Amino acid sequence: MPYRTDHYEGMLAETAVIPGADGDPIYTYFARPLGTGPFPSVVLIHHMPGWDTWYKEATRKFASRGYAAIAPDLYCRVAQGAPEDVGAKVRAEGGVPDDQVVGDAAACARFLRSQTYSNGKVGVFGTCSGGRHAYLAACRSTAFDAVADLWGGGVVMRPEDLTEKRPVAPIDYTKDLPCPLLGLFGEDDRAPTPEQVAIHEEELKKHGKQYEFTMYPGAAHGFFYHDRPAAYRAEQAVDGWQKVFAFFRQHLGAE
Amino acid sequence: MCTNIVEHTPLAGSGKGATGWFKVAQAHVTYDHPFHVDLEHALNIDFTNDAAGVDARVAVELTLDSAKNLAAAILAAVDRAERYESGA
Repeated sequence: MPYRTDHYEGMLAETAVIPGADGDPIYTYFARPLGTGPFPSVVLIHHMPGWDTWYKEATRKFASRGYAAIAPDLYCRVAQGAPEDVGAKVRAEGGVPDDQVVGDAAACARFLRSQTYSNGKVGVFGTCSGGRHAYLAACRSTAFDAVADLWGGGVVMRPEDLTEKRPVAPIDYTKDLPCPLLGLFGEDDRAPTPEQVAIHEEELKKHGKQYEFTMYPGAAHGFFYHDRPAAYRAEQAVDGWQKVFAFFRQHLGAE
Repeated sequence: MCTNIVEHTPLAGSGKGATGWFKVAQAHVTYDHPFHVDLEHALNIDFTNDAAGVDARVAVELTLDSAKNLAAAILAAVDRAERYESGA
């Protein structure tokens, strides 16, 4: 239902500890509209800098648009502290294991779907390394009804870039993708490059997957990040957010 | 982690971080996303003591040119210091 100025609106936003991959307790930031629903849900997979202010704002943004939204702290097993200190430690350690992230994302989806106000639909959204993780989580589980990969670097990987924590290039799971994919990218990005996005697109076509890619001119990595003046591109970010919400509205419902 | 450019070295010395002085035990050198400098990627150096907690960290985030200048300045000072110590 379109918003009217005489509508009641409210949200709850708080830290919640839930069972993650392997049943480990993980910290999450959880925001949802007040009311009985039914609400669709979205799992937000944070970027390399960590479980930071931008991701908590984005989680509330989804809640304000009618979604129960949850952002797990993928780094919470590594340490607790200032987000940038924790992020620096993870950066030095070469990231967190892909398997663990997929497990955490699927666990968040189970948590959301089990709520009385869930409409049963769950999407996954991520930017930067979180875009790559969102794609992996969508391909490697049956937990998601739609996935938004925003400039996820490392979907296409060279063999020499594979590590113990990242043993398989996400593109190799494309055949298993069970849901529609939205991809937003910048023409000037180097991770992913437009050439890597084209390789990913070919793989999606080859397997007959439903996808919608937009390559924005004049944008590089992180063009939604209003707190990073060199990266932020207002025009592309406004259009990109519209595409994200239109995509999730189509495949999950809400608004 | 986004670029896979990570180097590590053990160190001996002290550093002053957010909670005061601590023994520096290692440096992690990465070319990756920084937290503060407004660049997509930076040459990041974290002087840390991993055993003392994540806040035992002195961080710098540098442009590549300034990182090269820093490396050259360190090597020049070390060279002069070694000559000073040897009496040459």
